[in-house]
Amino acid sequence: MSVRSAIISQFELVAGEQNKELALLSDDLVLLDSGLDSLCFAIIVARLEDVLGRDPFSYDDAVDFPVTLRDFIRFYEDAAAHGAK
Amino acid sequence: MLRRMVQNNGGSLWERLTAFGHPLGRFLWGADASVALGDLAHGSSLGAGLEEVCGRSVLVATRDQLTAALALIELDGIARRLVLLPPDLPVAHVPSIMATAGVDAVVSDRGAAEIGVPNAGCLVSCSPRVTPGDRDRSARYQTEWILLTSGTTGLPKLVLHNLSTLAGAIKGANNLGSPVVWSTFYDIRRYGGLQIFLRALFGGGSLVLSSAEESTADFLTRAGSCGVTHISGTPSHWRHALMSPSARRLSPRYIRLSGEIADQMILDTLRTFYPKTTVAHAFASTEAGVVFDVVDGLAGFPASFIWNGDVDVEMKVENGSLRVRSKRTAVRYLGSPDQGLVSNDGFVDTGDMLELRRDRYYFVGRTGGIINVGGLKVHPEEVEAVINSLPNVRMSLVKARKSPITGAIVVADVVLQAETDLDDVSPAGKAVKIEILETCRRALAPHKVPAAIRFVPSLEIGASGKLTRL
Repeated sequence: MSVRSAIISQFELVAGEQNKELALLSDDLVLLDSGLDSLCFAIIVARLEDVLGRDPFSYDDAVDFPVTLRDFIRFYEDAAAHGAK
Repeated sequence: MLRRMVQNNGGSLWERLTAFGHPLGRFLWGADASVALGDLAHGSSLGAGLEEVCGRSVLVATRDQLTAALALIELDGIARRLVLLPPDLPVAHVPSIMATAGVDAVVSDRGAAEIGVPNAGCLVSCSPRVTPGDRDRSARYQTEWILLTSGTTGLPKLVLHNLSTLAGAIKGANNLGSPVVWSTFYDIRRYGGLQIFLRALFGGGSLVLSSAEESTADFLTRAGSCGVTHISGTPSHWRHALMSPSARRLSPRYIRLSGEIADQMILDTLRTFYPKTTVAHAFASTEAGVVFDVVDGLAGFPASFIWNGDVDVEMKVENGSLRVRSKRTAVRYLGSPDQGLVSNDGFVDTGDMLELRRDRYYFVGRTGGIINVGGLKVHPEEVEAVINSLPNVRMSLVKARKSPITGAIVVADVVLQAETDLDDVSPAGKAVKIEILETCRRALAPHKVPAAIRFVPSLEIGASGKLTRL
């Protein structure tokens, strides 16, 4: 499963579980406009750690918090590259 | 009516607010309205004269924070007792709280039935507008302030403070010359937000109030347009805010984190995002009061604070948890004679567990294993009881998992009945997980529902016969 599809899948799953109306998942979607709240994002990040084996938010360095869905996906993709080094 | 002498406590809220002259050019900004503090010198937001509520125990029950703020400014020193109703309190709890606090007047912008007090007695209306008219604002009481603890199961505790204990950590006015505009993600009707309200008023500044009805983006935009210089919130508030493009609208001089453990990542991220800003984290609780601020940019706090801290605050670590004795601690619990707020030696057990690494203490969690999900408390046992109610389940252990978004989330390890031979990934195993989650969702608030469930063969039981909780 690609990083992108794992993320999209979790967004849809968690939105369904939490009864949230999910906005159309375009790359430019601002995360805060996605219809998901903090708890939803906390669940998504936890499950992505289980699925992808990484949590880029937990790195010791300061991070630029992702603003759009594109940023969010890139954040995880960069973490994969970071982990491969 | 017997009148209690006003003690020498630095004056009432109004007196301290105006201690440096007429509050010209100072404002309270709400989401839908704003008020110039100077207008209160010759006006009122209340629908009746102050004599109506003088000497009474007053419940302040308002829709929005601005209305509450105005009422609090007007009523301190006038009412014998002020009971602050937080916005998210279930209506069913109101009668019990009123009885415990001996409430005999209600100040509200709603009808009595809507607040849950059909027999309110003296009901005084209030609004976010100031109507001209002179008021005698001289203080007649050292008003008791009743704050409610947050988030736990059942009835909240009623914690009694006064203006001296509440404002004990606030050091005088801003002497820097440039105006201070405070804001906070918190609601001022709880301890953390009330601290910022008082800091703004006593420091000669203005305050931008948040609103539950307003999006984070809109709040940040509004705060930015009001020129906010100082802002407080939890690490979770900030993790959420930094995901908004509107976070760039702010350029604060000072950010204050509190309410949750401030880890190094959020401190570094804020410093990178706002390079010119002082990022501090503070430790305080409704019962213990404000204990200390940490301004060195590092998580945890220097061990020297324990024996060499603020002259007003003594600290010690006992059984791993931080104990505090200070003039800022609450006076007592109201209506809970069996619950001592302080121990025999005068220390409050904060319930926050510390770990010493080299020369620094770090917060590692709560005694009793209470999980803090973005500022909302979860008792693991409550969730376990729901999971354990299912026929397939033998026992469960609910615990915290670290989350970069909400500080922690709830996860569960579940031991199935012996005859239930299932694993995590089989279709039947997945079906049981879904059943557990659906049962939890029906019975529990969303933040209490486990984000992940894992089947385990057994759970460790300690010598006391209790689940071992790490």
